[in-house]
Amino acid sequence: MSQLVVENLDVRHGLLQAVRGVSLTVHRGEVVALVGANGAGKTTLLRAIAGAHPPAGGRILLDGTEITALSAHRRVGMGIALVPEGRRLFTRMTVEENLLLARSARRRGPWGLDAVLAAFPNLAQRRQHLAGTLSGGEQQATAIGRALMTNPEILLLDEVSLGLSPLVVDIVYDQLRTLIEGGTTIVLVEQDLSRAMAVADRVACMLEGRIVLEGKSADLGRDAVTEAYFGLSRGNTAQGAAP
Amino acid sequence: MTWLNQIIQGVLLGGYYALIACGLSFMFGVMRIINLAHGSLAILAAFAMFVLADRFGVQPLAGLVAVLPAMAVVGWVLQRGVLERSARGGQLVPVLSTFGLAVVVDNLLFQQFGADTRSLAPYAGSLAYDSWAITDDIYIGRLAALTFATSVLLLGALQLFLTRTALGRQIRATAEDPDTAGLVGVDARRANAIAAAIAMVTVGVAGGFLALRATFDPYAGGPQLIFAFEAAVIGGAGSLWGTLGGGIVLGVAQSLGAQVSPQGFLIAGHAVFLAVLFGRLFRGRFGLRPRAA
Repeated sequence: MSQLVVENLDVRHGLLQAVRGVSLTVHRGEVVALVGANGAGKTTLLRAIAGAHPPAGGRILLDGTEITALSAHRRVGMGIALVPEGRRLFTRMTVEENLLLARSARRRGPWGLDAVLAAFPNLAQRRQHLAGTLSGGEQQATAIGRALMTNPEILLLDEVSLGLSPLVVDIVYDQLRTLIEGGTTIVLVEQDLSRAMAVADRVACMLEGRIVLEGKSADLGRDAVTEAYFGLSRGNTAQGAAP
Repeated sequence: MTWLNQIIQGVLLGGYYALIACGLSFMFGVMRIINLAHGSLAILAAFAMFVLADRFGVQPLAGLVAVLPAMAVVGWVLQRGVLERSARGGQLVPVLSTFGLAVVVDNLLFQQFGADTRSLAPYAGSLAYDSWAITDDIYIGRLAALTFATSVLLLGALQLFLTRTALGRQIRATAEDPDTAGLVGVDARRANAIAAAIAMVTVGVAGGFLALRATFDPYAGGPQLIFAFEAAVIGGAGSLWGTLGGGIVLGVAQSLGAQVSPQGFLIAGHAVFLAVLFGRLFRGRFGLRPRAA
């Protein structure tokens, strides 16, 4: 069944319309990758789904219930967790405090402090350190762990590999694989196209605020996605606008 | 011996300054709000206790217990009604609106109670003048000692609350990044309103002790705001233990200044405040800046 439904969503940053009439359906247990160039609206779409950015139009439904007007913390309570771009840890709090904060949502489930520290062993010895003093990989692990601590039903991941070495990215994705096998629904934004297509069941490519291509990873060719990614199929209009 | 006595009395006076600075420092350090109505709200609490004592014969310390929940409500309403709305207009608007609130509170008190100077000391039995003789020259007032102990307890309790409880963590997280706090399930509006309520409870405590140890009138809030400000800035605004240190430095400076010359009381306090402020400026750190760690 469709767990998350986004209907005709418009999101604005002041005068700039970052998301234009996007519709997207995500089924339970599915992994959907959002790809697209910088500024295509991926982050804004994720933030709107998480409730951090109120939409200007359209609807968002979770398990059939409309959540468009709910604030972010209410949506966390309903099972939507976002790992934000740039991690956004509370740098003046310890790793443990960052993780414990996610208990505010009061959701029961398998993910507690011990489970997260077991899943990210590199955090165990750093738990009393301030989050601002961690390495990039440790910060990302803390950010993912913090989202997991809310025991989400849908996990939104915004560029979890940004700024990490390839080795660390492999580790992060290994952790994600265990989550995916556990049946957590995931919507992720990823710049690395081959990684996105490898991990996701479905890929949606965004360009200038719209979803221009969507399909099963297995059915879509790399070339088709690349073309949509850069908007090559609209080449004529682009040429017309160029000086 | 006289100098030693002045230092001891200064430290005890510092306990009061730490108490009045506690709420200001908490609001600035945790909520990033400079509350210029701070002193006036302390006087409001003092008048509330005065009315309870004068009209209904309630003992001041019992009156304090009754006034504190009311101050918590004041804090909640202040956050939801004034600070939250004005914060949407930018950083300066909350400062201006608390200034306006101070004017309103002062003048409403003046309209209600007139210009008479009041004190709670007459209603508190011998508490206001009892003391212990340490040596022949040095006496420690019971009220001063009680004030100091209250201040240490309050600051310690706040520090523990912020670091050890879930609600404390929520308040700190909201102060650092309200947007992300919401994304991990924290109700940022609620956290801020609770923080403001707690700050106003400490303001109520400070107002009560001010009314017991000295006199007050409807316009007494301004000087209290200045002392609170000086103690908070000397202590490094936003750090709770620093606030205790700042209060003590201010109290000792004033006591020693008074020993040098009767007029030296206030001047010595202001001089130390300015010296600390300029010292920080030259080291590239403003006094009024949130704690780095």
